[in-house]
Amino acid sequence: MKLLRLKPGHGEIVLAEGDVAVPEQERELIEAFRRELDAGMWAAVPTETPGGRREAEMVKSFAEVPRDAERVIFFPRAAGGAPRATR
Amino acid sequence: MAWALGTTALVLVVLVWELSRPRLALAVAQLRKRWAARRRGAAQMGYDPGRERRAEQRARALLSSCVDEQLWAMYRDLGFLRVWGGLGVGAAYAYLIYPHKPIVAYLPDTGELLNEYCVAFPDQTKPYGSSRLPDSDDVLAKWMALTGDERRLVADANMHLPGRQIDPGMVRRDLARLARWEQQRVEHPAGSVRAA
Repeated sequence: MKLLRLKPGHGEIVLAEGDVAVPEQERELIEAFRRELDAGMWAAVPTETPGGRREAEMVKSFAEVPRDAERVIFFPRAAGGAPRATR
Repeated sequence: MAWALGTTALVLVVLVWELSRPRLALAVAQLRKRWAARRRGAAQMGYDPGRERRAEQRARALLSSCVDEQLWAMYRDLGFLRVWGGLGVGAAYAYLIYPHKPIVAYLPDTGELLNEYCVAFPDQTKPYGSSRLPDSDDVLAKWMALTGDERRLVADANMHLPGRQIDPGMVRRDLARLARWEQQRVEHPAGSVRAA
């Protein structure tokens, strides 16, 4: 499993990589995962439905990440991009 | 008399000069230090004109590996993604995702534009001097957030009527391009179709 983060001016960077079946590597993945969530990032796992449709699953903890997921992608949380119109 | 006044003025000028010289010297030294630091900083930053392009190439590769082949082809050929909405009941609706522009909701059956959802993903760490993601990463972030948790993204966005930031005429032209593109893909399923 790879933990990736989208970075301005760079594209994605690899934060951590490891096998969730190996306890030590899983611990490192969990620590990296928590660091990103603590920094305010959102996390998504690209998935594929049984029908072949691709979508993403938002996850809020490492326990929610499917064990067979290849990638978790972190990105800055969404913010309203322009002031609300006055009514 | 004039001789005395002249001498006094000269003495005064020399006195003021002597008193202010240490301060002037200090100010000049500080200015020189600041200029040197600025020059060093600029050299260390080492502006690389290809960095943004490489970042965008990486972002495009990641986007293409995450979305369906058809969606990727849509983005490559047209410059935006169409994602179907999944909330509520009634008429089917969809979103157009543009890089660094609001998400536009519309009704595919009628072409009616519903709303603009203004949303950004600012990275406050600004690791490279800008908080903006590369274009394709911005599209990927919107796609992940929409397909992963549409309700939350819509709630976090600022909603406006169509036309606030995106020209409705441009959106309608894009919808027409999309319809032509899809038609051509039906007629020529194997090859890539370039948008008109």
